[in-house]
This record gives sequence, C-alpha cells and structure tokens, in this order.
Amino acid sequence: MSRYETVIGLEVHAHLKTRTKIFCACSTTFGSEPNENVCAVCSGMPGVLPVLNAMVPEYAAKMGLATGCEVNLKSVFARKNYFYPDLPKGYQISQFELPICEHGSVAIEVDGQRKVIGLTRIHMEEDAGKNIHSAAENASFVDLNRAGVPLIEIVSEPDMRSAEEAVAYLKELRSILLYLGICDGNMEEGSFRCDANVSIRPVGQEALGTRAELKNLNSFKHVQKAIEYEVARQIDLIEDGEDVVQETRLYNADKGTTHSMRGKEEAHDYRYFPDPDLVPLVLDPAWVEQWRAELPELPAAKRTRFMADYGLADYDAVLLTAELAVADYFEAAAKAYSGQARKIANWVVGDLLPSLGETGIAAGDCLLTPARLAGLLTLVDDGTISVKIGKDSFRDLCASGDDPAEYVRARGLAQVSDTGELEAMVDRVISENPAEVEAYRGGKTKLMSFFMGQVMRLSKGQANPGVVTKLIQQKLS
Amino acid sequence: MSALHTKTLTELAGLLQSREVTAVQAVGACLDRIEATEPAVRALITVMAGEAMARAETLDAEGPDPSKPLWGVPVVLKDLLTTRGVRTTCGSKILKDFVPFYDATAVARLREAGAVLIGKANMDEFAMGSSTENSAYFRTANPWDAERVPGGSSGGSGASVAAGQCFAALGTDTGGSIRLPASFCGIVGVKPTYGRVSRYGLIAYGSSLDQIGPMTRSVEDAARVLQVIAGHDPRDSTSVNAPVPDYLAGLGRDSLDGVTIGLPREYWGGGIDPEVEAACRAAVARAEALGARTVPLSLSLTDYAIATYYIIAMAEASSNLSRFDGVRFGHRSQGAEELIDMYTASRTEGFGDEVQRRIIMGTYVLSSGYYDAYYNKAAKVRRLLRQDFDAALGQCDFIAGPVCPTTAFRVGAKADPIQMYLMDIFTISLNLAGLPGMSLPVGLGTDSGMPVGLQLMGRPFEEADMLSVAACLERNLDPMPLPAL
Repeated sequence: MSRYETVIGLEVHAHLKTRTKIFCACSTTFGSEPNENVCAVCSGMPGVLPVLNAMVPEYAAKMGLATGCEVNLKSVFARKNYFYPDLPKGYQISQFELPICEHGSVAIEVDGQRKVIGLTRIHMEEDAGKNIHSAAENASFVDLNRAGVPLIEIVSEPDMRSAEEAVAYLKELRSILLYLGICDGNMEEGSFRCDANVSIRPVGQEALGTRAELKNLNSFKHVQKAIEYEVARQIDLIEDGEDVVQETRLYNADKGTTHSMRGKEEAHDYRYFPDPDLVPLVLDPAWVEQWRAELPELPAAKRTRFMADYGLADYDAVLLTAELAVADYFEAAAKAYSGQARKIANWVVGDLLPSLGETGIAAGDCLLTPARLAGLLTLVDDGTISVKIGKDSFRDLCASGDDPAEYVRARGLAQVSDTGELEAMVDRVISENPAEVEAYRGGKTKLMSFFMGQVMRLSKGQANPGVVTKLIQQKLS
Repeated sequence: MSALHTKTLTELAGLLQSREVTAVQAVGACLDRIEATEPAVRALITVMAGEAMARAETLDAEGPDPSKPLWGVPVVLKDLLTTRGVRTTCGSKILKDFVPFYDATAVARLREAGAVLIGKANMDEFAMGSSTENSAYFRTANPWDAERVPGGSSGGSGASVAAGQCFAALGTDTGGSIRLPASFCGIVGVKPTYGRVSRYGLIAYGSSLDQIGPMTRSVEDAARVLQVIAGHDPRDSTSVNAPVPDYLAGLGRDSLDGVTIGLPREYWGGGIDPEVEAACRAAVARAEALGARTVPLSLSLTDYAIATYYIIAMAEASSNLSRFDGVRFGHRSQGAEELIDMYTASRTEGFGDEVQRRIIMGTYVLSSGYYDAYYNKAAKVRRLLRQDFDAALGQCDFIAGPVCPTTAFRVGAKADPIQMYLMDIFTISLNLAGLPGMSLPVGLGTDSGMPVGLQLMGRPFEEADMLSVAACLERNLDPMPLPAL
C-alpha cells in the first residue's frame, strides 16, 4: 500500500456533432483541404460578428441533463484572451462565470466498486485552428477548418484516485455522449480530448498537492499510462525531498513519459470578460423540459436493465452497453432469438466485438444482422451445425452478409446425425485401430476422445458428437 | 447645376427621381467638389472615383427607381465600415492594404437603396480620439477653419458632409464620435439606440458602445439615411428585432406643444464656453416658444461617466484589436525570429500611440486581480447610469444640452490625452446607457464663429420622435450657413 494518494481531475473537450460551426455557417467536416471550411467569421476578419448556432446549447444542455447537472437558464459567453496563430481573433469565445451547466455527477465502477465522480461544470466554446509546421519549407501554416467547431468542456471535481478510475470516468462520459448522439467520440481525430490534472498527497492529508496538467492524451491507454508515469514521477520527486512544480506536461506516447512544456503556458492571464458581441443566452424552461424528455436511456440504466432482463453478467453488460449501436444490436438479436439471451451476449462479446474491432465496421453496419446472428445460433441449437462450424463461419458471414442457413447448405456444413452413415464411420475406425480398441476395453476409457477425433476426421468435422459418442459406447461395450 | 453640392440629400433625391439630375451628374458634382476642397480639408482616405462613376452610369442606364430612396445619391463612409473590394484602413497603418471581401450590413443596405459610395473618410485611428488628429495618414481640417479640428473620431465624415463633398456620410459613435464632429462641423449627426443599426462590418472599438449613424446637412436627410440602415440583422446578435418606424412621417410637425425637454444641471452648469451656452440656450428658448415645456433635472452620475466609459471601452478595445496580429491580414513586421517578437513588432509598428495606450490600459483593467476593481465596478456604474437616464426620461420626453463644452478647438490644442478625453463629457453617458441622441446645429459661436451643436437625447428606439422635434426646431432656427471654402 502506497503512502501516497493520487488525486485526479479531468477536463474533457468534446466536439459537438453539429453540421455547422458554433458561430457561423461553415461546415464542421473533418479532413477537408486546409482552410476549405472557412469564412470571414471563423477566420476572425475585422468587423464580423458571431451568431450562436442554436443546436449548441441544446446539445450542451442535454449532456448536462444526462449527467445530473443543473442547467442554467441564463448563461454568458466570455472571451478568453491570448495570442496564438491558430486563434484568429486573439481570443476564444468560451464561458467563464456563468456556464450553461453546473453541479452534476457520473457514476463509475472499478473492480466492482461503485463510485460517484462530481462534475463541476459543462460549458460551450469554440475550438481553435491548427498550426502546421513544415520543416521542408521552413515555414508554419495555419489551417482554420477546425476554428469555430463547437466544443463542450466537461470539468470534473478532483474525485478520481487512480488511473483506472480516470479511464472508467472517461469511458462513461464517452458512452453518454455517444448515446446522446452529440459527439462521435473519436479520440484519434481529437473529437474527444482530455487533459488530466494529477497530484499526489500523503494518505490522510486533506490539502491537495501541487498538480501537473497532462496534455496530449489521445487514447484511453495513453491516459492510463501518462497518469501512472506522472504519479510515479511525483512520488520520486517528493521522496527525494524535491517539490512538484505546477506546470503543463506533454505525454510522449513513444517513450511513455511526460515532459514539461516549460512555464510559458502558466504565465497566461486570460483576462476573461463577457463577450459584448453575444447577448446572454436565455433558455426557456419549456425547452429544457423537452430536452429532458428527449433523453434516451443512458448507459448506466441500460446496463442495469440488461443484467435484470437478460440475466447478463456485469462484465458483459458493460461491454454491450459502451456503445449504443452495440447495445441495440444485442437487443435486436436477443429479441429475434428464442434461446437464452446470455448465449447471444457470449457471441456478441466473444465474436462480434473483436470482428468489428478488426474491420472498423460499426455494429449497425455489420452484414451479419442481429436477425442472422439469431439464425446462426438457432442452427447450432438444433444440431444442424456444430458450435465449431458456427464459430468458423462467423467472420465469413460478417463479410458476406449471407443468410446462415443458406451458407451452411451451400457449403454442405450441416452436421451428420444420420446413424447409418455415422455407424459405418465408427465401424471403420474400430476395425482400423485394433490396439486402441483392446486398450479401451481393458479400461482405458480416456481413449474415447481418440475414437471421436478419428470419426470427426472422417466426417470433416460434421459428425454430430452426441450421436457418435453413443455409437462408440454401444460398439465397444 | 453648379451649386448642386449645396443641396440637401432630400432635394437631390427628388431631382434624381424626376431625372432633372442624373446619377452621373450627382457623382460628378461630388468628385469635382472633392477635387476642389480636398487639398484644404483632407476628409477622405480613399476616393472611389472610378467605381462611383461606373456605378452612376449603371444606375442611369437602369433609370430611377422610386423603391430605392437613395437612388443615385453619393455617400461617404467612415473608413472602419468594411466595403467589399475597397480598402478599409480604420485610419491605421496596420490595415494600410486591407481589402475586405464583405460589405458591412449598413453599407450593403445603402447600396441596396441605390446609394453611390464615393469615398472612405478619415478618422482617428480605430475611432480612438475626438479630433481626427490621431489618423495614421493625415489630419482632417475643419471646413469652417483649417486651423481647427473637425472633431472626432468621425471627423472625415463630418468634414466631408460640411464641405459638400457628399450628401450624407456614415459615422460611428462609441462615446460621441458622430455627435462631436457633427457639432464642430455644423451638421446633423444621429447616434441611434444601441441595437438599432447592425454592427456587422463595423470594425469594433468598444463593441457594447459602438453604433453606426448618419451625418447629414439636414434632419430630414438624416431620417432618410437612418430609414435605410436601421433594422434587425441576423448577422448581429446585438441588433434588435423590432420594427423600424417611419422616420419621415412626423417631420412636418409645426409646434412642440406637449413636448417636455429636460435640462440636466450637470450639462448646463459651469465649465461651458459662454458662446456655446448662449447658442444652446437660444435654441432651447426657441423650442419653448414653439410650445415645449422645459424642466430642470439632474443626471447625478455624470461625473463618473468618463472613468466608466474609458474602462469599458478600453477593455473591449484591448480584446477587439487582438486580431490585428500580423498573421492573416494587415501589417506584419519582417525579420522577427520568434512568434512573440513578430507579434510585438507588428503591433508596435502598426498601431499609433493612442491605440497602444488604450490597449495597454484595457489589458490592465481586465487583468487578474484588477478585474473587480475596474471592469466589474465600471459595469455596475454603467447600470446605475442607465437607471439615472431612465429616471430622467420619466420626467421629460427628451434631454437637451450642449454636445461639447467648446466649439472646435485649434489643431494641437489638446495634446494631453486627458484634456482630449474631457471633450466627451456630455456625449459618453448616452453610449453607456445605450440610448439615442443627436447633434443639431443651432448657430455659430459669437467668439469663435464656429458651429455649435445642441444635443438631444431620447428614450430607447424613439428616434422618430427625436427627429420630429429636431426637424421642427431646425425649421424655426436661422438656417445654418455652409462654410466658405
């Protein structure tokens, strides 16, 4: 048991999935040619003014409602002032004193322990552009396609005590965003980003230690590793009698280490003040109630329901509910299937998820539809095919979209249960292996699996194992 | 037709519609006048001669259009209103070669109404100043006396209208920048209610204070221009979505019966030049003779207005001017090695002293640890000022006072920035309160011989009533002469 306690707070930036930017009509499409989705407003030309995209407060409020926040009926946009080439106006329009949502929470579970993480606030803001440095041309370029893409920043309380808790919290937030359909959750493209404030303190101490802010965390794995590295680094410093410096540190994924961005960032005084170009945002309570009514079933509720309704284990329920598309797939398959839903769950977790992971196909787009998966399992259940044939056919069916029954028929994969045909095979194995027959009869009953293997070989795997076992037992008893 | 430039916009518009004057003749007369007067006045940074003439020819080919109230009327714009394809400098070196690809909404509405844009007017750099001496290009002279300033910051607009170079100009008013030059140049200048005219395309100085308005040679002219530029704009979230009344309908009133005019003691007390006070009092007496009742009242927070104004305006300016960083447009210093050096050098070379002073002060009042003491406190005083006005306008229909304690001062007379800031003492409260106001020429000062402006201030969005009172008074005062140029 360590003498130190880790304290983590997270700031999550989520791109909202609006069609247009937060203050102009430019497209938010990712991956366009540099500066293709840019106008006078999002490039900060002199004299232009921002006009709020009405979808942004709706999405932000929905995230607040989904995380138990109070939605402020009046919120104010503020300017965060700093100079950087990717920030066209020299200030970012954000929210400061009066954010749209405050005082929420998210429940997580780590090692079977449930824990509630406080949400300090959720506010709306615009993203900045991107600087691109070309060593070849010895020049820097600015791409403003991302400038003005709407973001919500979700700030947690410093309630997490381990890297695992931090990751569980992030996964839960991401799930909720995906369920609400307001963010695509893509960490690599930067539409779901996280900065981690990490500090340590001696166990039992109330006061927080000096924190470092970790940036450049582009996957859950990076979050986990960066925090673990940073905690170890801070413990080493303190054990050596040194101080932790409050600073921003960049995670280096190749080395698995963090390094200081130097104090530059910390010198900023952002001089927040209410943006005079935007009137305070006033929400009609009726809209908020409507948005609340429109909330879908959220991951936590769905998990509980899956465990209760389908008898799923906690582990499976977590995996099946992380993404709405997977949960919907599972439920549709379970409905189409007459057997136990747990079996469907096993196939989805054990076969479908790895297959989707490899191919990058979304659950909703998988050619092996829920109904077809149910059909495949029914073929196994009624003995038409063996479990092994079923599993072996799975990826093919995902790729081709064939009807499982058709597929089995066309390839002659149906299990042989015809006793006459199987009896001939058993007789042949017995006559070809007199020594083993002798030994079996002498009491070495373990040889049953040998005979079974031989029959399977002859049947190319299609023999019904139950029928074969019975036949062998009859013949050799 | 030799004296076409002496006509009002209203007169010219009638002549154009009846084809007694062609658009080409109107534009030609203005260009001639510009050529004749610019060497002395220097009101314009850019003269759009070729473009204006081409536009006039097109208009003439199409023929007059009664649905276009400003058809063929030559108009000048303060050079901080963006004009598609035409350089827009803000009176600053940092925008020396800046050509916007978009029109300000007010500019687009002028074009839509048939107006011909003929020039971009000089101004104090980024609208920071009260004399148009702070232009990075040149100073503008007062058409009444070349040794005196035209006022500012819309001094080029005011001088151009007074000199007969155009029939109307647009200015902007953040703390008096329309009313002061109107007063100094002897013309009409209207600062509409905040939110009445779209700010889209107005290169911002103090965003919560800036408002575009007309500068003209008559009240009716101003009403005609305001009619065109006022109204909601979906591109400006602070523009108010309320119907625009008919500003011309009430201009014919021949008495001021039933009108109560409030005279705040803070505007009529000590510190006003006697010639200014005399001219303004005479105008108020004329209003009384026309049936108006006057009541003394108090705007007790007037003393705090200048400090409040400069904190808010500079704070906003410090942020508004951050985009001039040399990265995407405007002046970029060459040879800097580090990013921070490029920023510093570009802005130091590109901005004049007054602009730098205001950016530094604005940055200071927003800084962590000072925000509450300055910006936040100023925001609170501002709310109180508005309450002060609301209470006063509960006792009267309009408030009247001088626009400025003096007539146009001599070039270089206000070298101390504080002395310059004090020129705004009677105008800035109105911007802080967001209310409409105007300057009406009421005669020439008996000592200086320079024009004096009376300021009228009204209730929010009641510009129509204010204009009707001003028109009645204008008709019953001695006609304002044109400067002898």
